[in-house]
Amino acid sequence: MSTLEIRDLQVAVGDKQILNGVNLTVKSGETHAIMGPNGSGKSTLAYAIAGHPKYTITGGQVLLDGVDMLELSVDERARAGLFLAMQYPVEVPGVSVSNFLRSAVTAVHGEAPKLRQFAKDLKAGMDALHIDAAFAQRNLNEGFSGGEKKRHEILQLELLKPKIAILDETDSGLDVDALRVVSEGVNRFRETGETGVLLITHYTRILRYVKPDFVHVFAAGKVVEEGGPELADKLEAEGYEQYTRASA
Amino acid sequence: MGLNEKPLSTLHEKASYDLDDFEVPTGREEAWRFTPLARLRGLHNGTAEVTGQVLTQAYTPAGVSSEWVGRDDARIGRAYVPADRISAQAYNAFEKALVVTVPKEAVLAEPIRVEVRGGGVDGASYGHIVVVVEPLAEAIVVIEHQGSAVYASNVEFVVGDGATLRVVSLQDWQDDAVHVSHHHAQLAKDATFRSFVVTLGGDLVRLSPSVSYTGPGGDADLAGVYFVDAGQHLEHRLLVDHSRPDCRSNVDYRGALQGEGAHAVWIGDVIIRVEAEGTDTYELNRNLILTDGARADSVPNLEILTGEVAGAGHASTSGRLDDEHIFYLQARGIPFDEARRLVIRGFLGQLIEKIQIDEIRDRVMSAVEAELAR
Ligand SMILES: Nc1ncnc2c1ncn2[C@@H]1O[C@H](COP(=O)(O)OP(=O)(O)OP(=O)(O)O)[C@@H](O)[C@H]1O
Ligand SMILES: [Mg+2]
Repeated sequence: MSTLEIRDLQVAVGDKQILNGVNLTVKSGETHAIMGPNGSGKSTLAYAIAGHPKYTITGGQVLLDGVDMLELSVDERARAGLFLAMQYPVEVPGVSVSNFLRSAVTAVHGEAPKLRQFAKDLKAGMDALHIDAAFAQRNLNEGFSGGEKKRHEILQLELLKPKIAILDETDSGLDVDALRVVSEGVNRFRETGETGVLLITHYTRILRYVKPDFVHVFAAGKVVEEGGPELADKLEAEGYEQYTRASA
Repeated sequence: MGLNEKPLSTLHEKASYDLDDFEVPTGREEAWRFTPLARLRGLHNGTAEVTGQVLTQAYTPAGVSSEWVGRDDARIGRAYVPADRISAQAYNAFEKALVVTVPKEAVLAEPIRVEVRGGGVDGASYGHIVVVVEPLAEAIVVIEHQGSAVYASNVEFVVGDGATLRVVSLQDWQDDAVHVSHHHAQLAKDATFRSFVVTLGGDLVRLSPSVSYTGPGGDADLAGVYFVDAGQHLEHRLLVDHSRPDCRSNVDYRGALQGEGAHAVWIGDVIIRVEAEGTDTYELNRNLILTDGARADSVPNLEILTGEVAGAGHASTSGRLDDEHIFYLQARGIPFDEARRLVIRGFLGQLIEKIQIDEIRDRVMSAVEAELAR
């Protein structure tokens, strides 16, 4: 059992304050959706938890099973069991997908996987996500289409098996088939009941495949409302206007 | 600027076998302004004593002739005329030249190896090597520089009609070595030349690879990788002189620099003369600056004297490791040092992968790995 506890998190970029006290707790077995207007700070929350150097923590805590993640380096957080599927995965020239994945799996699991086992897991993972085997030899994310990048994020999720996964708009830019394939990947990850998911999205369509237990509305750098899955439908019908007006 | 504003072609006009035709450089000349003359140990001003101990050995596969010849041999200095003071110094000071000849139409399965091994920095050594690849022959030459030395040389590659020559030159010197060489390739009609330069070691290395064409259809690829550590000065000065129609050249040099006083210099001169219609050329230099205190000077120059080129371009970039790349890898649990190594290896590896000979590609890759592990 794991718990990610975000307590009164405040984050700035440069001298611009973006998160104004976020409180949120994600336990294993739970799926939380975060919805909110553009620019409200959803990606900032995700990146700040992962430890991106651009963001400055100005207050609060992020605890994974009681350990303050904000004290750890980016790679230590990942090894502690956090995973961020990025909204815009980075292209890394000259580093092949297979080389990268092997390094990541070795780092996170603390020992190099047996080559044959790794090749098998990789192939199974790629097949399940409908990723062509040739991608293993390509440079990481380089020239991948938007949808291909997202599927690779989920491939990494499945291979690294974190405790808590934050998915930042993994559904954006996916066609209907890819959306289903990616959702199945997330559901395989959830299946054990020992993992928690924080899913950032603008659309309810992914929530039909990946059913959330809780929905949080994010506006102006904080959570402004919480509810069950029905809240997502309400947001889709009515938009965010009432929240943005309230917080402005 | 001053000198920079002169047409490129005039900067490369001077060529002579006579040492007295070249003044002792002062450091203010365009050709010498980046080179720390004081570290040349007298190669440039005649004060270096010719008492060095550099041993050059050639290992040639069957069917290739390799000879040590006297200074008066007619094959010496045919393709290349010294273009600067140290080059002329070397030309006038070597005792015997190595001449390797690949006969007409011979296709070699094994590389020709030339080992240049230095035994210390007391006194200078001078060398001269000529590699002749006769028409339609195909050969690979690997030149390895090792040990420690104060060494200047001229190397001539004469590539005949329709012949192919691949050259790997590895500068894997000890930390105190000083090495100044010109490597000139002369391409006949439809000749192909592939050069791969790897410079890792040495206190000061100044290598000037150049290409000229004597017929149409010549095709030259010049690639290079360098890794500059604290205190090292590694300089590459390329010149491609397009003087015949329908020839091609591509230059791609990449380097990583780290540590106080690490200095890389890359000069990429390309001249497309009036006669050279249909030329297709591109030159690129990229530097990855890993720490403060390291510096890269990168100067691409393209002078086009004809109206009819098929393509001509150049680019030069010098930058830091990209934080976003490192973040992405770290976010997947990969520790910083390893993430950094992966990105640097990737940056240089994209070029190293182009070496078509497995064994040599692996050697170069492991030499770079060794640098990264330091
Ligand atoms: N480097 C920066 N300098 C100034 N402002 C920044 C910087 N980076 C992000 N911001 C601002 O922070 C705010 C929050 O951005 P963030 O990316 O977290 O929003 P988001 O909720 O993820 O939006 P979207 O739904 O469009 O993905 C935005 O107003 C954005 O312009
Ligand atoms: Mg966002």
